[in-house]
Amino acid sequence: MSGGSDGTLRRTLSALRHDPPAVAGTVVLLLLLVVGVAGRWLAPAGVNDVDVDQMLRPPSLDHPFGTDELGRDVLSRVLVAARVSLEVGLVSVGIALLVGVTVGLLAGWYRGWVDNVLMRGMDVLFAFPVLLLAVAIVAVLGPGLVTAMVAIGVVYTPIFARVTRAGVLSVREQVFVRAAVSIGASDARIIRRHVLPNIAAPLIVQTSLSLAFAILSEAALSFLGLGVQPPDPAWGRMLYDGRGFVTEAWWLGVFPGAAIFLTVLAFNLVGDALRDVLDPRQLTVSEANRSRA
Amino acid sequence: MSSTPPPAAGVAGTGPAAGDADAPVLAIEDLTVTIGTRRGPARAVAGVDWSVRAGQTLALVGESGSGKSMTVLAATGLAPRAARVTGRVRLLGEELTALPEPRRRQLRGRHVGFVFQDPMTSLNPVLTVGRQVSEACEEHLGMTRRQARDRAVELLDLVGIPLPGRRVEEYPHQFSGGMRQRVVIAMALACEPALLIADEPTTALDVTTQAQIVELVADLRRRLGTAVVWITHDLGVVAGVADTVAVMYGGRIVERGDVDAVFDAPAHPYTRALLAARPDPQHAGGDLPAIAGAPPSPLDLPPGCAFWPRCPVRGDARCEHELPPLVPVAPGHEVRTFCPGGEDA
Repeated sequence: MSGGSDGTLRRTLSALRHDPPAVAGTVVLLLLLVVGVAGRWLAPAGVNDVDVDQMLRPPSLDHPFGTDELGRDVLSRVLVAARVSLEVGLVSVGIALLVGVTVGLLAGWYRGWVDNVLMRGMDVLFAFPVLLLAVAIVAVLGPGLVTAMVAIGVVYTPIFARVTRAGVLSVREQVFVRAAVSIGASDARIIRRHVLPNIAAPLIVQTSLSLAFAILSEAALSFLGLGVQPPDPAWGRMLYDGRGFVTEAWWLGVFPGAAIFLTVLAFNLVGDALRDVLDPRQLTVSEANRSRA
Repeated sequence: MSSTPPPAAGVAGTGPAAGDADAPVLAIEDLTVTIGTRRGPARAVAGVDWSVRAGQTLALVGESGSGKSMTVLAATGLAPRAARVTGRVRLLGEELTALPEPRRRQLRGRHVGFVFQDPMTSLNPVLTVGRQVSEACEEHLGMTRRQARDRAVELLDLVGIPLPGRRVEEYPHQFSGGMRQRVVIAMALACEPALLIADEPTTALDVTTQAQIVELVADLRRRLGTAVVWITHDLGVVAGVADTVAVMYGGRIVERGDVDAVFDAPAHPYTRALLAARPDPQHAGGDLPAIAGAPPSPLDLPPGCAFWPRCPVRGDARCEHELPPLVPVAPGHEVRTFCPGGEDA
């Protein structure tokens, strides 16, 4: 167990500062955040400004990322689509975090049949391939942005439930939890004040890594036509639309693909760095690396 | 800062039985704890009785697994879920076993303070010491954050932590082992409990710190009139803190009485063996006498005296098959053996 929370925070920040990949990842994420919020104003052209005279033009000064088969500016569409990816990622991971942590806390704290019922339910969800389950949920609820968020949220819930439950199981055996029980503190109070803060580290790591996977899942759903509906831009959808022109217009696939790649990479870099700092089992490895460097 | 008078002094005995000095704070009768395990039921505690009065210290002594901690946990409703507890437990005159769990939890939290063995793990690393010390006050006395903080400063001062006003904002890792144990004691005393249960509170500390903690608890008991149950395997500590002592073996009390009587004239072969195994400064250098063998498994207790397999005396043929009763050998001194006295000499 790490020291005080202020110490952990300071240690985390200072460790991240000295980790070049983490710095790069953070910079990319910050840029992405700016683009996500202000993409509509940064975009040089409207996302649905059709211009048949300009269709399938390669990258140029006018259209740095080229134009698509309807003459729409690819750069503008990539910029605006960042918002969708971030939104879906944040909301779906938010859903997974909320539901998964609640389930994990109940299962780990109360054990017994509560644990069995909840975690077997999670196992069922876990047993499905990620995309298959998401597609099934979208098939039931109908395609769209909100549905994609819910579907991806459900898919990533079991991971949070498991991480939380594992943390609760170890923290609940700590003497300070027994001490809190002995002074008659209520379950809700013990969970809020003693258990949750002590399992925050693995949850933070899991959140940043899940964001990467959630964005990837959103791209996959959009690619399959199950996410954002045209003509609104989404990276996955743009990949799908560009696949028919791979030979004559490479820029249709490369730029949205690169955007997905960079985003997922950035979340992973930050997630890995956070894991190195926050996860006690990995701490020795990263410290070894740092002292060797 | 430390010139403020100890706030809790003079408010001893806030419980229902405060007026009656002779009524026990905690009395347990015929307490039995059976734990269901995969290899069958394990009888951890069998028919234990004792009581402790305000301002008095009872020491529960025994080896690991003798049932001393389990007795106290079961009595206060903190036994593990797999444990079946029977018998009667009265806390300040209220029969705990008859109460529903929420009420029991409330009574325990309000009137019983616990000090656990290892001060390194009994504090939450991510909360300030102040928040933890005053947690019971917030829970049971309905204090606001502000009041609770002030109370935490008072409590830290009470247990002798220097600069309590500053240290209240610090985290556990900023405290040494002995200071942490003082924090844990402050936490236990937060609601001015009628009873303090100390489960091997000095075991994890170095010897000089041990002495300070022993002295602190003795002093607080005098000032606050708290009843203390001190669980330990260290007879040296017992001599320093206890008024009465109960020696446990195999889940039963084998000898109990005033601490002087038991130490001066130990009647049970086990107690004598324990006393003989203490380091003696006059005979330093040699090996300490050890008790051969291991304590009996609670899954498979001998039918007679639980100490029989390791007993150096075995002075009576009944020992192997018949459980000796707890009988008085002197006023206020009882022993569970067929062969009391120094027959192994």
